[in-house]
Amino acid sequence: MTDLLYSDVEEDLRASVRDLLADRVDAAAILARCETGEPHDRDTWRALAEVGVTSLQVPEELGGQGASLRETAVAQEELGRAVAPVPFLGSAVLATAALLDCGADDLTRALAEGTATATLAVSLATAPGAAFPSGVSVVGGRLGGVVRAVADTSIADLLVVPAIGDGGPELHAVRVADVGVTITPSVSLDLTRPVADVELTGVASERLAGPDRAESTVDNSLLVGAGMLAAEQVGLAEWCVQSTVDYLRERHQFGRPVGSFQALKHRLADLWSSLVSARAASRYAADTLATGDPDARIAVHLAASFCSALAVRAAEECVQLHGGIGMTWEHPAHLYLKRAKANEIALGTPGTHRTRLAPLVDLPA
Amino acid sequence: MTTVDDLRERTRALLAEHDPGEALAFLRARFDAGLAWVHFPEGLGGLGLARELQSVVDAELAAAGAPGNDPEKIGIGLGMAAPTILAFGTDEQRKRLLRPLWTGEEVWCQLFSEPGAGSDLAAVGTRAVRDGDGWRVTGQKVWTSNAHSAKWAILLARTDPDLPKHAGLSYFVLDMTDPGVEVRPLRQITGEAEFNEVFLTDAHIPDTLRLGEVGNGWRVAQATLMNERVAIGGRPIPREGGMIGVVAGTWRARPESRTAELHDRLLRGWVESEALRLAGMRLRQQLAVGAPGPEGSAMKLGFARLAQELSGLEVELLAEDGLRYDDWTLRRPDRVEFTGREAGYRYLRAKGNSIEGGTSEILRNIIAERILGLPTEPRADKDVPWKDLPR
Repeated sequence: MTDLLYSDVEEDLRASVRDLLADRVDAAAILARCETGEPHDRDTWRALAEVGVTSLQVPEELGGQGASLRETAVAQEELGRAVAPVPFLGSAVLATAALLDCGADDLTRALAEGTATATLAVSLATAPGAAFPSGVSVVGGRLGGVVRAVADTSIADLLVVPAIGDGGPELHAVRVADVGVTITPSVSLDLTRPVADVELTGVASERLAGPDRAESTVDNSLLVGAGMLAAEQVGLAEWCVQSTVDYLRERHQFGRPVGSFQALKHRLADLWSSLVSARAASRYAADTLATGDPDARIAVHLAASFCSALAVRAAEECVQLHGGIGMTWEHPAHLYLKRAKANEIALGTPGTHRTRLAPLVDLPA
Repeated sequence: MTTVDDLRERTRALLAEHDPGEALAFLRARFDAGLAWVHFPEGLGGLGLARELQSVVDAELAAAGAPGNDPEKIGIGLGMAAPTILAFGTDEQRKRLLRPLWTGEEVWCQLFSEPGAGSDLAAVGTRAVRDGDGWRVTGQKVWTSNAHSAKWAILLARTDPDLPKHAGLSYFVLDMTDPGVEVRPLRQITGEAEFNEVFLTDAHIPDTLRLGEVGNGWRVAQATLMNERVAIGGRPIPREGGMIGVVAGTWRARPESRTAELHDRLLRGWVESEALRLAGMRLRQQLAVGAPGPEGSAMKLGFARLAQELSGLEVELLAEDGLRYDDWTLRRPDRVEFTGREAGYRYLRAKGNSIEGGTSEILRNIIAERILGLPTEPRADKDVPWKDLPR
């Protein structure tokens, strides 16, 4: 049966990731970094790689931890709770899933061992089930084209690039340092996971998969990504609820804690109740992905649509219920709001996921 | 022999010795064999075993086609009265009351809510006054299911109006056939009368039918209500098992009624229903490993909201047919099915889901205060004699 709980091992993992992040990632440090040319926290990323958190679902023979996406989801909850500015989604989830799926063992190993960081060169707004990306073409054995709004490029060494070749969809690996690769960071809504435009002009590459495989590899990677992102949204929403509860207990107006007013309490109770469902949906997605359950696609659309909508609501309530302080740059609430809202678009909006879900559950338009 | 084997053995012996065709005699024999509710003590229908082991007995009996005790009809007795009698009753009370309660020979109802004491249950004003070896009870109760078919009631009444409201209450078992008891159907917005009003005028209760100490009624009532929440907590349901399944079925059957707007609302409802169903599954997994969480209150809140949204959506989906209603006749159902009858009924009945068994507003207070630890509202009714409270 589907296991929706956290095992003791998973709780231990959570505790160690939380500890690691607590020591390194605080709001002041994130804010100090986010407007510089290096928005990603390279040291924390390295520390996560050293303890194996970035290769949990990778088999041991490929240098990973031999765990599963259930554990990856737990790590991603914690990264969401800390809005950690590390390229986990791009490298440890999207690129790793693609490399694993097409049997690119050497590159998988490089990522697992922390000697390289990668990202999947697709628009972050691409949902699983979308048409194969067509922005990049293979011409004369070299890649050319543009991909907009790619996540986690800033410390990537490697791009995993879907491209259209003569025979159809292909998947290639490109070294960021190679001639013809231009990465232009965008001023991004999410300061902690900025996006960039990638331009390739006659770039040499290693072909990882051909038309027989590339399309399903990319789709699977997006499906895994959307499932893990749902876990991130749960962690993020949990921080928003908890920090708001803490604030409402402390903040006094009219001679009493504002948290004693029913109008506010009921909003928190509703958020918490939705969080109960979100956690169950997210665990279900992680478990079905980890076990290869045929229900995984339904589970991911369900979790992605539910958890993203909840996380945005939680972050918006967090700003509102903090009052004026919640509107300041100094308070971290905006980092969560921006991440939650960007995540709502990332790998498919809730509406897109519902639309994709409809035919799978026999609810045609 | 393991407990499971032993239980199977006992169940087969029961089936061999008693004719399942004689329903009442068989149920009595089952109670006497300790196979009614195995987690109850020996001599009271049980064997003092873990509650989960009941499924072993039930499976054997179901396979043999043995008669049951119609738990939907006698749910108040089984789910609320019985655990309270077990926890607070005297040996005589347990011996006298539990067997016919379980077999369904004696139906039970609950006399708690009053017109002036709903969410604020501890404000009940029905008075119980000493009269020789017993009590005389006068007052009005409301929202009583089964009052018209019940032999017994569990009753919360005020024995001392000079004490603060929680302290002046006592808990009784009332004979519903007493001449001081008058039951009137309470017609609901659905047209039917699932519930009753109960008027008590000098109704007599012998003191031997008091449950718990005089003045301890609130604590006894809390035990009853805890069991009600457990009962509402829910059993496993399959995907599309509740209101969403009904609406999805209507959607599939009526392609001509589909619009983009209804489709999106249906999908939102489907997603939320499935997430809530998974939350219920997760809650039961927590219980199974002995780590129950406080998530049950979230379940009821979500259940009520979705039942209302989805049943409303179905009425819209039916368009012209949504303008019709199956039957406004004052019926007296002895059980209620939220997904039963037709769409209009379901829509109206679902309005009660956020009121009965604790309003959604009270539930939000409970979540906010007991789970999230937010401070309580300032209260005007603490440490004030009940008789001096404004009402």
